[in-house]
This record gives sequence, C-alpha cells and structure tokens, in this order.
Amino acid sequence: MYDAVIIGAGVTGCACAMELSYCEGKVLVLEKESDVCCQTSKANSGIVHAGYDAKPGSRKAEMNVRGAAGMEELCRRLDIPYVKNGSLVISNSEEGKEELTRLLNQGKENGVKDLQILGKEELLKLEPHLSPEAKYGLYAPSAAIVCPFELTIAMGEVAAMNGVEFHFHEAVTKITRREQCSPDAGTTPEDQGGFRIETTKGIIETHTIINAAGVYADEIHNMVSSHKLNITSRKGEYYLLDKEAGEHVSHTIFSLPTKAGKGVLVAPTTHGNLLVGPNAVDIGEKEGTNTTGAGLLEVLEKSSRHVADVPLKKVITSFAGLRAHEDGDDFILGEAEDASGFFDCAGIESPGLSSAPAIGEYMAKLISAKLELPPKNNPVKERKGVTRMRELPFEKRQELVKENPSFGTIVCRCEEISEGEIIEAIRRPLGATTIDGIKRRTRAGMGRCQAGFCLPKTMEILARETNQSIEDIQKNGEGSKYLVGKTK
Amino acid sequence: MSERNLTCIGCPLGCMITVTMQGETIEKITGNTCKRGEAYARTEVTAPVRTVTSTVKVTGGSLPVVSVKTKADIPKEKIFACMEELYAVKVKAPVHIGDVILENVCETGIPVVATSNIEYKCSKG
Amino acid sequence: MEKELVIIGGGPAGLAAAVAAYDAGVRDILILERDERLGGILNQCIHNGFGLHTFKEELTGPEYASRFIKQVQERKIDYKLHTMVLDLSGEKVITAMNRKDGLFQIKAKAIILAMGCRERSRGALNIPGYRPAGIYSAGTAQRLVNMEGFMPGKEVVILGSGDIGLIMARRMTLEGAKVKVVAELMPYSGGLKRNIVQCLDDYDIPLKLSHTVVDIQGKDRVTGITLAKVNEKGKPIPGTEEYYSCDTLLLSVGLLPENELSKKANISLSPVTGGPMVDETLATSVKGVFACGNVLHVHDLVDFVSQEAALAGKSAAAYLEAAGAAADNGNIQHHTESEPVLITPAQGVRYTVPVYLHPEEIKEPVTVRFRVSGVKKDCAIVAYQGETELLRKKRPVVAPGEMESVVLKKEMLSGNEDIRICIE
Repeated sequence: MYDAVIIGAGVTGCACAMELSYCEGKVLVLEKESDVCCQTSKANSGIVHAGYDAKPGSRKAEMNVRGAAGMEELCRRLDIPYVKNGSLVISNSEEGKEELTRLLNQGKENGVKDLQILGKEELLKLEPHLSPEAKYGLYAPSAAIVCPFELTIAMGEVAAMNGVEFHFHEAVTKITRREQCSPDAGTTPEDQGGFRIETTKGIIETHTIINAAGVYADEIHNMVSSHKLNITSRKGEYYLLDKEAGEHVSHTIFSLPTKAGKGVLVAPTTHGNLLVGPNAVDIGEKEGTNTTGAGLLEVLEKSSRHVADVPLKKVITSFAGLRAHEDGDDFILGEAEDASGFFDCAGIESPGLSSAPAIGEYMAKLISAKLELPPKNNPVKERKGVTRMRELPFEKRQELVKENPSFGTIVCRCEEISEGEIIEAIRRPLGATTIDGIKRRTRAGMGRCQAGFCLPKTMEILARETNQSIEDIQKNGEGSKYLVGKTK
Repeated sequence: MSERNLTCIGCPLGCMITVTMQGETIEKITGNTCKRGEAYARTEVTAPVRTVTSTVKVTGGSLPVVSVKTKADIPKEKIFACMEELYAVKVKAPVHIGDVILENVCETGIPVVATSNIEYKCSKG
Repeated sequence: MEKELVIIGGGPAGLAAAVAAYDAGVRDILILERDERLGGILNQCIHNGFGLHTFKEELTGPEYASRFIKQVQERKIDYKLHTMVLDLSGEKVITAMNRKDGLFQIKAKAIILAMGCRERSRGALNIPGYRPAGIYSAGTAQRLVNMEGFMPGKEVVILGSGDIGLIMARRMTLEGAKVKVVAELMPYSGGLKRNIVQCLDDYDIPLKLSHTVVDIQGKDRVTGITLAKVNEKGKPIPGTEEYYSCDTLLLSVGLLPENELSKKANISLSPVTGGPMVDETLATSVKGVFACGNVLHVHDLVDFVSQEAALAGKSAAAYLEAAGAAADNGNIQHHTESEPVLITPAQGVRYTVPVYLHPEEIKEPVTVRFRVSGVKKDCAIVAYQGETELLRKKRPVVAPGEMESVVLKKEMLSGNEDIRICIE
C-alpha cells in the first residue's frame, strides 16, 4: 500500500513527487502516457510569470508569486536553463494605459516588485523591434523563461532518485474508498482510510491521492467527490522559429489580457528560438493537440500586433497545447471537502508552470502532515542534466571525447548533439524510452531540419541501448512505431 | 488510324513523341530528337520495357542491403514478378558493383547485378 | 593541423573537386565526410539516370559515386569519415570532430564547401494537424528503405512531385506499399517528365496538381491526411477537401542548401538560393573559400554538379599556386584586383550562379547556370550586357525544375556594365 499516489506526471505531478520525496513514505506516480511531461507540460510558453496577472487573494496569485520567487534557485539546483528576461505588456492605445495601471496595482497587491509603466521611447529602447503602434507597456523585470520539459523531467528525476516509483502507460479508471476501519484512526464511520485505485493495469491501494491529472483532473476528482469540477480543454497553438530569429525580441512581449487568457505572445526560449503564440479556443473533447489552419492563421495575424517584422518565414515547427481550465477560473488546491485523503491540484492552467514548485511544496506539506511522514535523511535535492557538449569550452570537449569516444560522434547536426549525450539521456534515472523522450532530454531533433537527418541514427542508438529491434522503436509510446518492418 | 502520345523516358529531356498506328502497325513516329527516342517509342507501343532498380538482402555486410538493377530493360509486365524473385535472394558480403545477383530474372535472359560496393563486416549478421 | 586544401563534404561535389584539384597539382588535400562512407546522397539514390553526360552511360547513384571514389582512391587523396565539421571561421580554421581523433582544428589555406543540402520539413510548411509518427521527408524515407532496409509504412500519400517524391512513389510501390496519391502544390510537376511516366503512370498512381495537404490525422501514428485544391496564390480552397486514409506521409517539398558553416564564417549568401554568392571561379566572399554542388545551389543532374565541382577544384588549385608564389615573393597577393561585373537575373529568371565575374581575369568560357521562375513555352534565353545582346538561345520550353545555362566568352564582354540574363 502506498502512502501517496500522484495521478499525472506533468510539471505539477513531478513537483509534488519531488517535494514528497524529501519525506519518508512510499510514493507512486501514475501516468497514462509513456513518459513524464507528455501533455500540457510539454506544450506551453515556458514563461515564469511575474504574478501581476492573477486576481489578488486567488490561489493562482499566491502560487505564482511564491513559485516565481524560488524558480531561479531551483533551476540552478536542477541544472536547467533559466533566463530572467523580463516581460512587457504592450498597449497600442491611450485607453490601454488604464488597464496596464490596473495590472500594475494588482501586481503590487500580489507582492510583485519593480513593476513600472513605460512610455513609447523607453519601450523602443528596451525592444527596438516593437511595433511603431506601441504606446505604453507594463514592464516586469522579474519575469523569466524556463524550459518546461527540462523543468518537469528534472523534478521527476530527483523524485525517482529519492525512491519515488513511476508507472507509465497506466491510466486510472476508477477510484473508490477502501473498506477498512483503521483501529488507531480514531475516525468516524465515514472515514474509510485510503483509496482503491483501479487502473488499466491492475489495482493499487494508497492512503492519499494527489490529483495532478491536467485536463482530466475533473474526471478524476469527480470519481470521489460529489462537489463536481468541470475542466475544459482550452487549446493554444504556437509557432516555433529558428534560432536565427531568437534575438528578434529579448523580453516576453504580451498583449493586454482578455477573458480568454494572456493572448498571443512573442518571446525568446531558453534555447535561443523564438516562440509565437498561443491563441485560445475551447475544444469539445479532452484531448486534441492538433494544430488547425484557423488557429495558426489567428496566431499569425495577432503576432504582429505589438512586434514588427516577426520573421515568420523562419518557422521550423508548430504545435498545440491544452490548458486545463476549470469553471471557477482558479487553481483548486487542497484536500477535497468530502473525500479525506484526496488532494486536488486541478485547473492548473497559466500560471501553472510558474506555480508548480510552490504547489508541489504545498502538497507535500499537507500530505506529510496528514500522514505524519518524517523528513528523509539527506535526500537528493540537486541533479546534473545531460551533458551539453555544445556549451563546453574547446579543451573540455576534447577531454570528454578522449574519455568517452561516443561524445565524438555528432548525431543531431542542427543542435550539435553527440551520441554520448543521447546515451546519457537513455541511461539516467527516468531515462528516455522513446524518440520524443530523447528529444526532450537532449534537444536532438528540435533543430531546423526537424530530425530529418538524425532520426535514423537516434533510432539505432535507442534500439541498441534498450535491446530492441529498430522496428519496435516508438516516437512517443504505444501505437507510435516509426517502421512497419523490413524491406523485402 | 490511331495516335498515341508518349513522353520518352530515354533521357532526362523527356521529348513528347507521337506514334501513329494503323491497327497493330506503326505508320509514323514524330517528336523525338534522337534515335533512342524513336527506338523507345517503337518498343513502348508494342512491347514496353523497363529497367528495375531495387535492393537485395545482404548478410555480413556493412549495410543490410545492396542496391541492384536489371542489367538491361525487361518486359514491363514482369516488373513485380522480378521483385518477387529478388525478395527471396540473400547475398553474402563482400559485394562488388557488377556482381551477378541473379543470372536470369523471370526467364528474360537478363541478369540482375549489384550497383554498390558492400564491404564485409563480421559483427552484423 | 595545417592543410593546403580541405574539402567539406565527400559527396559528388567534394569528390569531383578533390580529383580536379589533385590533377591541377595540389597534393595536400583532405576530404571531411560525416557519413560512414564517401558518396554522399548518391549512396541512397539507387535509381537510374546518372552519368549520361559524364560517362555517356546511364548509371545508378552508387555506381556514379563509385567512379569518383575510385578516382580519389587511385590518387591516394586523404579523407576522414564519420567526421562532422562543427565550425568554420573567417580565417579558414575548421573545427571538426570524430570518435577517433576527438575534437580537432585545421588551419586550411584553401577550402571547398561541398556540404550539399537538406530537406524542408513539415514544420516549415505549417501543415496543420497532429504530429504522429509516420511523417517523413522523402529523403529520410529513401535512406531508411535503400540503405537501412526498413519500410517506413504501408499506405502512403506523397506531397510534392519533385523527383525525390516521384522516385519514392515507385520505390515504395515496388516494396509492396500502396501509394494512394501524389499531391503537388503547383499547377505543374517539379520533376522530370520521364519520372512521371515511370514512377506514377506505370503504377497508376494519381497525380493531383494544385493540391496540398491541409490536415494530418492520427495522434500516435498517421491515420489519414486531407488534401485540398489550392488557388493561384497557393491557398487552400474551402470545400475542396478530400480525405485519404494512410499510415505514412512523405514530404518532397523543397531542398535547402546547407550553409550553417558558411554563416559561421560570415560568407555572403544569396537571399534567393541560400547558397554563397560566387564569382566565375566559384570563389566566395572569403578569400580562398570556394563552393560547389548543392550547397551553392540545388542541382537536378549530378553531371552538372561534377562539372561545377571540377571548376571549384581547379580554382582552388590556381588560388593556392598564386598564394604560394606570392608568399615566395614575400608579399600577400590578393585573389583578384579588378572590378567585378554583376550578373543579374532579369525577367523570368530567379537567380544565377555565378553572381558576378571578372572580365579581365577570364581564361576559359564561363558557364552561367540559372533557374527560371515559371514554365514558359516557345521562348528564348537572352543575355545582355547593358544594351548589347550577348547571345540568344531559342527554347521550346523552360521550367523551374530544370536548370539552364549559357556560356559567356571573354570576347563577348566589354566594359563593366551589368550582365542580364532573361527569358523573352
């Protein structure tokens, strides 16, 4: 029997897993996809929001500000890229200045520092590529960008290194309370003590559950609670531009927020690409990560609102992510009122990424208190990411190749990723088992040729390392094999 | 009298050739810019032929397959039968350009020959 | 390490350049090739059609490559395989890496760029839909089938009727796959007419001109694609959508000269081709660096690649000789002193290679290669210098998919007015 089962291995689930792993206790993460970071967490803007956007007093505001404050130090410990590039919310109109001022005051109330309203001249000095229509901007110097997959994967790895179990390709189908009266529970007859989880692979029993199931968090919650939640998948489509466009802007450039969300932004990524998007369209189904002609067109049109000459000819790929929008428009965090032991992290849409570490900390506190879990003696709290050959100085690279010749073979030419790095990505804790898993841990395949060159080589390495035949190699889990067999 | 228009595949120029037929007999060939084109048109309307290029399995080589071709054109209707015969073939490395892989494919009298060099590499089976 | 001549790329361009440089007297040559063997892209082009001009025979890709590999080996020209060039500086310092030698640098006196090209990806085309397994660029699929011995799929739709797409339509069919349709954005096919016959017509594979892919279905693996007709501007026309179930989409949607290294060395690139801007000797804007083959501009016939590369090899040899002689004389001689004359692509012409020439320095006739911007019938290729007509070539048809050329002789030229190539 587990002390805690976390449903969902996205950024929230992995943050909870990492923080819980600092305490004693048997923890399991259940994930229906093939790897951590397969859904919303891999398809978002990667922004660490300053925190002026959320309503004061809301859980979004509380967790955003707390998460953002600790992000730089966390990224340093986890060896993942973090760039404090600041953000600008731009208004092209005089009337917009009022809204910017409202945001500034809201930010102050939420505890955000150093916010200021800038005029056209100062804006253009900060960002020469802003549209000439830009009149005012809310400048938040504390806003930052991170790599969302590296953050999720790193937290997952720390959890795994501290003994948290991860089950992939295992989806939850039913949750019921355990029929058991614990003698020392001192509980009322209604408290049944723990849960019985039915999954696609078997039965799991646990004292507590953390529901971090993203767009499915309402379905999971509604299995145990009569206070129903409703989560709508809100799709956002993006363009990713070549690194040659990466310096077009240096800050994250926002439009004025609307009811649907923060709008189409233009921002650099931590890897030097340029990200444009997202729009916001509620879709009628849980999953639908396909980009659409209409959506891509909408992003294209809106991209030029505040930034001039966005070099859209340099696009290398486009993708879509789903926000888990709950009807109540706020994070739902904490123990369900009518389901003791069941803890929600539901409705985690923006600022979900920024908030995740704070949410993880909060959940771990609640659960370790409820179960009286003592802290672990010397848990792993830091981790080194996959070697980044391309960032090492010449002599260091020479040394590395001498020690380990597999670092001397470049597999992904666009991003300069060596075979040694790909092998590392496979052999590490929570190592990659799919081509997309390798991609997210090393960046192989993320460059301008989009794996046209490296795919056959990466498949070969993965097959060799995992003792499979190349024909069984998958892109992203069950059903995603690349090959149908040998030639005749 | 009937007319058939065809694109010559003899070389990358791809001339448009018109063949005028009277029943089964060829009356006139126009549009070609060389003798090969005329020959192609003649064959194409009576007994079309093609060169087949494909790969054949290799054991013990630096690559698992070697590229091959029919040494000359074979009847077009035998293309898939030719492929069937090739599916069954396995050659041992090393293979050299020009090595005969199949003496007489589909009873055409035409051999299939290797078109690339595959070195011997014992670690692969 | 120091070398007289380093050639980046051991495909048809690099090989022919090496042989020509050797035959012109250069001995200290090193070819750097990232793959496991020489031959470049030819190794996976197992179909016929190579060498008609060069050898007066119809050869397959690997056979054509082997002829040049043999010439390289006979001359004992040095080469390194499995070696990736990571950096190129404007001072001609090459940083490269392989398992055996590790990370190393070479200071070269002359360099020939022969890195070839890469394929445009689905992402660059913004095709909407999911991102499942089963989407391949035609070249990647070709490598998997022809060299690794794997089948990428069973039911195939191909976007792009350039030669690679057509060749793969036939190849997949011969290996037992069902190719349902080839869609082409333009109202004409980009490939050779002979390939339409022997790759599509022979196998009853339909070709849909003025069509493109507007949706890809299948979350984990392709389950189908949607085609739509496009208007004159190439935009999909609503209401014309057609669904095709399939498990594979092959993309043959454009080749891009691979000039990442050229950019690192700050070599001036043409905004039209993406390749270096060169003069009649194929010299780039960095003295002692030459370019040839697909890295310079994408070719249709490998025979012309070999011709172009031979010129680069000869030019590099001449450069080294002049540099050597100048060094002996104790002064550094610049490559060229005279004012260049610009060659401009005019009406109907997209780009030319070379981009400029030095009339005073021309020793041999200059082949100017170019591509037209649209299909034109019963026309003439005309070259002007100023108002003077230099030459006129009547052509029954010209098409963007077929590279053209004109030959300019020194006697034709006078003064330094721009040269214009156009279609009338």
